[in-house]
Amino acid sequence: MDIVKFISRRSLVPRLIILILLILLATIPLYTKGYTIILLPSIFMYIILAVSWTLFSGPTGYISLAPAAFFGVGMYTAAILGETLPLPVFIFAGGLISFIVALLVGALTLRLRGIYFAVFTFGLVMFIAYVLLFWELHVTGTRGRFVIVVDHTTIYYVMFGILVISLLTAYLIRRSKFGLALQSIGENEEAAAHMGVNVTMVKVTTFAISSFFMGAAGAIWATKLTYIDPFIAFDPFFSFMAVVMALVGGGGHLFGPVIGATFLAYLEELLVTRFAELYKLIFGIILVVAILYLPNGLVGLIQKLWRRSSGGQHADT
Amino acid sequence: MVTILNVVFDGLMVGGIYALIAVGLSLQYGVAKVLNVSHGEFIVVGAFITWMLYTVFGINPLLCLVIVGPVAFLIGFVLHRTMFRSLLNTSPSLDVFEGRSLLAAFGLLFVIQNIAIIAWGDQIASYSYLAFPVNLGGAVFAGNRLATLGFALGIGLIFYLFLTRTRLGKAIRAGAQDPATAGLMGVNINQVLALCFGLGALMAGFAGVLISMIYSIQATMGLQYTLIAVIVVVLGGMGSIPGSFLGGIILGLVGSVATYIEPGLTMVSYYAIFTLLLLVRPAGIMGKK
Repeated sequence: MDIVKFISRRSLVPRLIILILLILLATIPLYTKGYTIILLPSIFMYIILAVSWTLFSGPTGYISLAPAAFFGVGMYTAAILGETLPLPVFIFAGGLISFIVALLVGALTLRLRGIYFAVFTFGLVMFIAYVLLFWELHVTGTRGRFVIVVDHTTIYYVMFGILVISLLTAYLIRRSKFGLALQSIGENEEAAAHMGVNVTMVKVTTFAISSFFMGAAGAIWATKLTYIDPFIAFDPFFSFMAVVMALVGGGGHLFGPVIGATFLAYLEELLVTRFAELYKLIFGIILVVAILYLPNGLVGLIQKLWRRSSGGQHADT
Repeated sequence: MVTILNVVFDGLMVGGIYALIAVGLSLQYGVAKVLNVSHGEFIVVGAFITWMLYTVFGINPLLCLVIVGPVAFLIGFVLHRTMFRSLLNTSPSLDVFEGRSLLAAFGLLFVIQNIAIIAWGDQIASYSYLAFPVNLGGAVFAGNRLATLGFALGIGLIFYLFLTRTRLGKAIRAGAQDPATAGLMGVNINQVLALCFGLGALMAGFAGVLISMIYSIQATMGLQYTLIAVIVVVLGGMGSIPGSFLGGIILGLVGSVATYIEPGLTMVSYYAIFTLLLLVRPAGIMGKK
């Protein structure tokens, strides 16, 4: 009797599915070789970016266009430290340096509201790229750097590990009092402050945590590219992708960015191989259509269809 | 002395172009509330149409102002009437609209930029027009740069007169102050918002024509100009059109000095000014609050 009750609990089925999926993904390198092992890490990378973007920007409503900045910081950390330090250390360092940069940037700018914040974070990407370029041209006298080469299976597992940890963190934050505080900031910042939420601390910390994962993902991504320069590492396209994927998936749900990133990253892979010239154009069109017709993202669409097919037995929430 | 004159002149010329771009963005953001990050793409379109018309058909670039302007205006007007209007109607609040329209503008950025790359390629293009030296007070200026400065200031002045002296200009200013009340006073506000968006695109188109006369152009250069425009708009004060014009000139002068000292640091200096401004006076030079 208890077992029936246990199994029929609503949240159990999705959890089992996730568990099976994770085990499947963790064992993939054991029985497949080649393309899958190369393709999956790039999908993981986008999921990490989208999930960590949503971690901060989803509940608070601050549109950050800085993912590319932290991703790039991670890449440069890997390029500089990769030769001398062991892999886990420089991956962690990539995350940590991003975390510190985010703390500084956040403390400086998170008092900016709305559009100002979006613009500032967007400028940050270009700013770091130009400073680095200047530094390389005038101080070190080089352009770009080589990154230590790592085999595909290692890249796969490191990316997968970061993905699992970032998802777990996002999940735990959503369920905690801390997540509640974030949500309240998004709804009404002044009210949240009056209720005793340390608004600045919560914002800056979350911003830095989300940047940690972006930086760590950047560090391992750099080993995949093997050569980077300021404009490869600090490409605003990664910021857009993170935002687009999160929004196409649906920012309100934990799995929204996962679904959006998986869908669009796979689509990117298909488009790049078939129509290399057109894929950014098609992406732009998808973004416009998603903004116009899918205000709650793919997750919203799925929920709507689900409700319709199950005959409206759940309340419309 | 002559060097100083040259640096100041360059600053004014670049500043004049920045001013046009920023006034355009100010119309789109200050009045229509769309932070149009695809603004720079209209510059690209304007610049490449001019380049094409001049190198293929031999049409005078200054004459292209008359061709590019209406084309850019029409694109902007139609975009607002279709896309941004429907976003405005479906958004529960202005904040939500601002966020969603920003993202929609990102989509537009990809679309326009890649159409431009497909149409004109992504390599650097340039042509030579009015490239003769003009001697003024001991300093030597290029003819195309003088023409650019003249036209940038002229367009700015005409636009200022349009805003302050005509009924339509008054409607735009009313819409910038308070769209809802302006609507109650009999201003066809939807029309005015679309008009502002179109005029913003027109300014970007004009700037594109002028930029193509003095610099080499590239289909991917739009984003850089958008960033500059945003900085200028914030510098001048959100929603203040004279502020944007003044901000453009100031940033142009700063950039010109920075370029004289170290060309690699021009963008860095813009961003430094921007950061400083946001921390010290977020309302901008001529902004209220």
